[in-house]
Amino acid sequence: MSITDSPPRAGTRTARRRRSSDRGFNRGFRWIAVGAGVLILVVLAAVALFLLWQAWPALTAGGDELAAEVPRFPADTSFLGYVGPLVFGTLLAAVLALCLAVPVAIGIALFISHYSPRRLSQVLGYLVDLLAAIPSVVYGLWGFLVLAPVLTPFWLWLNENLSWIPLYGGQASTTGRAMATVGVVLAVMILPIITAVSREVFLQTPKLHEEAALALGATRWEVVRTAVLPFGRSGVISAAMLGLGRALGETMAVLMIISPGFSYSLDILAAGQHQTIAAYIAADFPESTGLGINTLIAAGLVLFVITLAVNMTARWIVARRKEFSGAN
Amino acid sequence: MSAATASTTTSDATERTRALLTTADSGRRRTDRAMQVLIWCAFALAMVPLVWLLWTVTTEGIGRMSIDFLTLSTRNIFGGDPGGGIYHAIMGTLIITGIAAAISVPVGILTAIYLVEYGKGWLARSVTFFVDVMTGIPSIVAGLFAFSLFALFLGPSAQMGMMGAVALSVLMIPVVVRSCEEMLKLVPNELREASYALGVPKWLTIVKVVLRTSVAGLTTGVLLSVARVIGETAPLLVTVGVTDSINFNPFDGRMMTLPVFSYRQYHQGYAPCPAGESASCVADIAFQNAWGAALVLIGIVLLLNLVGRLVNRWFSPKLR
Amino acid sequence: MAQRIEVKDLNIYYGDFLAVQDVAMTIEPKSVTALIGPSGCGKSTYLRTLNRMHEVIPGARVEGKVELEGVDLYGSDVDPVAVRRNVGMVFQRPNPFPTMSIRDNVLAGVKLNNKRISKPDADDLVESSLRGANLWNEVKDRLERPGSGLSGGQQQRLCIARAIAVKPQVLLMDEPCSALDPISTLAIEDLIGELKSEYTIVIVTHNMQQAARVSDRTAFFNIAGTGKPGKLIEMDDTSTIFSSPAEKSTEDYVSGRFG
Repeated sequence: MSITDSPPRAGTRTARRRRSSDRGFNRGFRWIAVGAGVLILVVLAAVALFLLWQAWPALTAGGDELAAEVPRFPADTSFLGYVGPLVFGTLLAAVLALCLAVPVAIGIALFISHYSPRRLSQVLGYLVDLLAAIPSVVYGLWGFLVLAPVLTPFWLWLNENLSWIPLYGGQASTTGRAMATVGVVLAVMILPIITAVSREVFLQTPKLHEEAALALGATRWEVVRTAVLPFGRSGVISAAMLGLGRALGETMAVLMIISPGFSYSLDILAAGQHQTIAAYIAADFPESTGLGINTLIAAGLVLFVITLAVNMTARWIVARRKEFSGAN
Repeated sequence: MSAATASTTTSDATERTRALLTTADSGRRRTDRAMQVLIWCAFALAMVPLVWLLWTVTTEGIGRMSIDFLTLSTRNIFGGDPGGGIYHAIMGTLIITGIAAAISVPVGILTAIYLVEYGKGWLARSVTFFVDVMTGIPSIVAGLFAFSLFALFLGPSAQMGMMGAVALSVLMIPVVVRSCEEMLKLVPNELREASYALGVPKWLTIVKVVLRTSVAGLTTGVLLSVARVIGETAPLLVTVGVTDSINFNPFDGRMMTLPVFSYRQYHQGYAPCPAGESASCVADIAFQNAWGAALVLIGIVLLLNLVGRLVNRWFSPKLR
Repeated sequence: MAQRIEVKDLNIYYGDFLAVQDVAMTIEPKSVTALIGPSGCGKSTYLRTLNRMHEVIPGARVEGKVELEGVDLYGSDVDPVAVRRNVGMVFQRPNPFPTMSIRDNVLAGVKLNNKRISKPDADDLVESSLRGANLWNEVKDRLERPGSGLSGGQQQRLCIARAIAVKPQVLLMDEPCSALDPISTLAIEDLIGELKSEYTIVIVTHNMQQAARVSDRTAFFNIAGTGKPGKLIEMDDTSTIFSSPAEKSTEDYVSGRFG
């Protein structure tokens, strides 16, 4: 800003006038830019407030009132008892996806950052990013019509032979419309974000540490294990949390694949056991009115709070990391 | 005699050294190999769904492609009737995404300018933080927000294109900010200083130098963020609803969009066709329609991605 | 057991760019050889070819021979990983692994080499290596603390301990004191004097006094101009290089007239 504050040249009125109008523009432009930044904060606050406002009737209504006015609201329960299985289903789907996606994503990130030929790495990065570009409705179509039939024999085999593992128990679905299939599809969908963040962190590994390991006679994998992975650990954790956030909020793939149910069952191969908040809202919203809509928005508010917490934690870890690596 | 001893000791040392330098620990080498294979496999594993999905969409959807499919709506099309098309959905998607872009791009670019050129202190830090947090808002929540916002003015159960555009903007703004911020940061400080040294005020420097230099990158950022939201389904399902007719007015009533159309067709499932009759009744016509719309949608998304990358590659000034 | 290095007709490239041309030198065992020369003359690049660290950089390659007791390090049957285990290296900036304790840092190389090492053996090795690096007395009470908590000079000695814990034949040092204060520098130099009874040591340094203080033989590298390859100008006993060098440019450099 001090650049424009040069001493005014005497006597040139036009120049002075121009300068003052410049200053006006300068200030105006600055305030527009600041305004845009503030607008974003306002929007985020508005999202929270409007959801709360619309959810309030459902949050304050008694269980009996909700049961009377909202279709599919179980009798003899409160709002918490109603949203509980949905939260459970949401978390189960997201955690399942995360467990499948994280190891693969770390592998891909290492492949791009340390194993692939340098010249190819950018193109390979684009390819992985393309997975994020595919619309979720297409994932849903593909998951339901193509993937589920392919996975079903595998799920049945797991159910038959490994049913003593709690996750594989219960009556396995013969159509593949179960949580396990949803987990696989969600895992594919969150691969790109986990890969992208981990890749960035791995690329930031100080050359010094990699060379230290090499000079001790480490093989490439040992370099990765001693220098790259320990350095990138917190980055990978936050990448995983960002992926978790994505998986929690994913709607269409879940909606189109799963055969819904409202239980706390761990049987991921069984149909009609689980449902996620997002898919539940999308499924019931078109047919809801009045208090029913308020109830769905209240469920949405719960989802919003959960994802907000997960994302804020992830970003907080990233931000803390930045300071740490900057100090080094 | 002594010379001979000396030479044997030398060759001894040579042999010992050779042994040291050539005997690789086979266990470690095997681990290294195995991990290399595993990491290659991880990448290959990620390519499987990508190729499989693109292949399925192309082969399943290509059969439905025709002039009629692209220029007709599904008005008055029922059951297994193989007529009709996705024109109304294409137009709806273009209109709604266009409005969303018109809202998001100025806000996003201005915020990026604020963060890169002016941003200091707690406000900039919190904007950065919350932009990041906002990228994680579930799309359905954005839809619910738009619904609640419009319910304030129009009462509940309003559905129109504009609401969808607002919902998409909530999802799009943070993406625009993020990518444009990266692009603006690439503009070297020397250029800004050169401009200041010529007596150009800051705002003109930003408009004429910074934005001018990064215009290709900004275009890429905008195109990629459009590609990100154009396939959103859930928020539109909540805010815009479904219709079988063509509607160009985003302020009046429901509109169809490509992703919602695809979902809607999937939802209808198999048509009950009387046996024997096949020309006017195709049992799986809904799924065919769904794949057709998906193919068009993916085509648009991939095109946006491709154009975005190429714009940046071809038109960005060489800074280094 | 220290070993002799013989370098023959060595050309070092980055892609198509010839960085160092036509080096031939013999490095005697149980001695300290100093490499001096102006910035960019390729002495660090040359040092990194002695344990095949050079080829880590994409596009980098060498022509010619580097023989360790008559075995060409670049021979087809030689494993670069084994080379680096036998030719240890200490870097310009101390680089202990930030996520490991002091003890684990010392053991890092050993743990890579043979996966299991009994606890008493490990304790002995940690102590002997840290003693070898003159660091034992300073850190013996906090072996489990992170290595990054030490001072710069201590970190560098920790890196030396880490390098000698693998029991290499040769120790390469790339300006090991350039990031350190004079007192720490002195400690490292004393250490180099002690280590030379067991190892072949090659040290790159910018500091001519340091070369004169620690080395037995000195090699002077020079570069004709930007874009030209670096060359070995002359190599002789350190006292000769600093008192009566054969080449004019060496004399100019050691007397501080350029570089």
